[in-house]
Amino acid sequence: MSALPSDESAALDGILQRHRHDPTRLLQILIDAQDIAGWLPAPVLTRIAAGLDIPRARVEGVAGFYSFLYTRPVGRYRVLFSDNITDRMLGNAELLDALCRKLWIEPGKMSEDGLVSVTTTSCTGLCDQGPAMLVNGQAIGQLNHRRINEIAEMIRQQRPLELWPAEFFQVDDNIRLKGALLGLEMAPGEALKAAIARGPEGWLAEMQASNLRGRGGAGFATAVKWASARNAPGELKVIVCNADEGEPGTFKDRVLLNRYADLVFEGMSLAAWAVGAGEGFVYLRGEYRYLRPQLEAVLACRREAGLLGKNILGQPGFDFDIQIHLGAGAYVCGEESALIESLEGKRGTPRIRPPFPVIKGYLGRPTVVNNVETLAKTCLVALHGGADFAATGTAQSAGTKLISISGDCAMPGIYEYPFGAQISRILEDCGASDTQAIQVGGASGICLASYEFQRRIAYEDVPTAGAFMIFDGTRDLFEVARAFIHFFAHESCGFCTPCRVGTSLLKGFMDKLADGHGAKADLNDIDWIDRLLKNASHCGLGSASPNPVIDTLQKFRPAYERRLVSLDFEPAFDLDAALAEARQLTARNDPGAHLKTHEEEEEK
Amino acid sequence: MSTLPARKLRVATASLAGCFGCHMSFLDIDEHLFELVDIIEFDRSPLTDIKEVGPCDIGIIEGGVCNSENVHVLREFRRNCKTLIALGACAVNGGLPAQRNHIPLAECLREVYQFRPGVENGQIPNDPELPLPLDKVRPIHEVVRIDYFIPGCPPSGPAIWKFLTDLIAGRTPRLTGGLLHYD
Repeated sequence: MSALPSDESAALDGILQRHRHDPTRLLQILIDAQDIAGWLPAPVLTRIAAGLDIPRARVEGVAGFYSFLYTRPVGRYRVLFSDNITDRMLGNAELLDALCRKLWIEPGKMSEDGLVSVTTTSCTGLCDQGPAMLVNGQAIGQLNHRRINEIAEMIRQQRPLELWPAEFFQVDDNIRLKGALLGLEMAPGEALKAAIARGPEGWLAEMQASNLRGRGGAGFATAVKWASARNAPGELKVIVCNADEGEPGTFKDRVLLNRYADLVFEGMSLAAWAVGAGEGFVYLRGEYRYLRPQLEAVLACRREAGLLGKNILGQPGFDFDIQIHLGAGAYVCGEESALIESLEGKRGTPRIRPPFPVIKGYLGRPTVVNNVETLAKTCLVALHGGADFAATGTAQSAGTKLISISGDCAMPGIYEYPFGAQISRILEDCGASDTQAIQVGGASGICLASYEFQRRIAYEDVPTAGAFMIFDGTRDLFEVARAFIHFFAHESCGFCTPCRVGTSLLKGFMDKLADGHGAKADLNDIDWIDRLLKNASHCGLGSASPNPVIDTLQKFRPAYERRLVSLDFEPAFDLDAALAEARQLTARNDPGAHLKTHEEEEEK
Repeated sequence: MSTLPARKLRVATASLAGCFGCHMSFLDIDEHLFELVDIIEFDRSPLTDIKEVGPCDIGIIEGGVCNSENVHVLREFRRNCKTLIALGACAVNGGLPAQRNHIPLAECLREVYQFRPGVENGQIPNDPELPLPLDKVRPIHEVVRIDYFIPGCPPSGPAIWKFLTDLIAGRTPRLTGGLLHYD
């Protein structure tokens, strides 16, 4: 095995030192170590294993799990095109081809000089300003041919990223409609002061009265979660902010972290006050790594102001601090138990529940995992009281909801609505016309057809984590579903067979139909795989993965049926073409050297 | 068996790109064969030497699809059998013969017919009587619609017996416990 160059070796030792040779920091160590050479050569993994005193297989297992960690060389410029359906609708494939042509490379392969590699990645959360890409982790939106030309030129000139035009990296918040949260102007610490004045029990009671439910999609009552963690045995309790916003079409957390970071951190402190926690983590998805410096700056200000650290706001014994933990491109880590595994420096494989994280979470400690938006909303409860918060919304869904709108509309962006808002009104507000369908809640959510637009956003009607992708009459809903199935097949963590194999089989059937080999029998098989995924998967990723197909088969069935070339069965490949190589090798071309592709054409 | 069907069911079997191991396993049902011939009669099968398959209730296929003749036989079976069963690892997944799939066909044939030690002036056979090999060995469900799958290399005699008696008695066959295995 080749040894490491001495300067790289020294840098690696520095990284290990900085992370205190702590194996639970493995993912963070790998992310930092990758910055040395742009990828993770084998000797680096070996050195890390030795430095942490853990088996090398574990290091390799973690390095191999995350999409943004590379165990093979990648270009010094790593270009990743966001490949959400909204990017596809804006023509990302054409732009990717154009860039590859200009750079004389093939998609997915590094250029021979090691300069650049170009490929796709799952949704990067810039759906309101796509098509988008990440270049060495930096986000660039609003791609067009002019920008692609300039990017190709700057890569060829090997211009450092810092010298690229600043406007390329500008990410707009696109806040279109403000409600209670986005309109809130609060001095840092104000909510915390109000909660401290009530005492932990009084504060929890206020949360109870607010009926605030989790904004990540599941809608679990936040106060119940907090109370469970508070009452769980164990001294060291943990608050985790789930900022692994991987659901395709969702970008509200990006905006909250960019512009309302103080509210999010204050929410974490409010949770810590209620639960009695001393340690907090923000699990920031790798795609949002560019937000980290400014988030660290906000944290530093809050420490300075006595809002983090020891004896917060002079309250003896109220000790709480927050650190940022980076993800590395794994959608499944948005699931709270997979997120905790990842926080512990492992592969993001979901745990079996129970025990729930509030009882046994991070390192076995009682752990509260809350969505970014949920935490920010707790500031409203602290400032104005639970009853005030519960006064907006519907019976079972208190307060407002941030909606990330993208796709076919005039004004994509962030909209804040009270729960109960009608979908037709939302469509009107964002300037959508001739709308054929909306995918609410991302790839794993539900697809609504136009006859359902009178329904309302609420846990009791159309629940949503906030994604709202709009498809007008020109779009093909089969292709929408196929894009989502490709996403799930890529993001399946591989732990359980139903999901690992099922998502691949489903992808195979969707591709078979797309390639012009569809048959009625395939629709039966698709139904069967849908049921299998729903019922047999280990976690929510697998059980939600067939949703786009189930919904579109029900509501847009002709989009599938018009692709069928047989009412019975059809092979996925051309049988006669499968004999071509043998024909060539034997120089035969007699009738026996051919097969009819369709059985009916055979002479009986 | 409590209720016998009114007439004997016709059953056909064939081995495509297989090793006949699944057929041997079928014979392993031993004395149950006597019970079986009371309720079924064989159509085309290595047991009868009938060459062409006729209308049948049940067709059983061992082996995957490696050449054009396999395709013809499989299609004949599908046309004639109300229920078609994939028996064993090769029929279900391609099995051992499919291990050639990662080697280009030309390399396979040249290695065997031209470059093998001891072969002189060898050439790839091109007699029109011979079926041409497909570029890849396929599981049978990729070529025709299949109704049931029995995994195993081979599936055990008791598994085959359980499956057939379930099917004949009108119960949806379902192998569980030790009867279901993939090796």
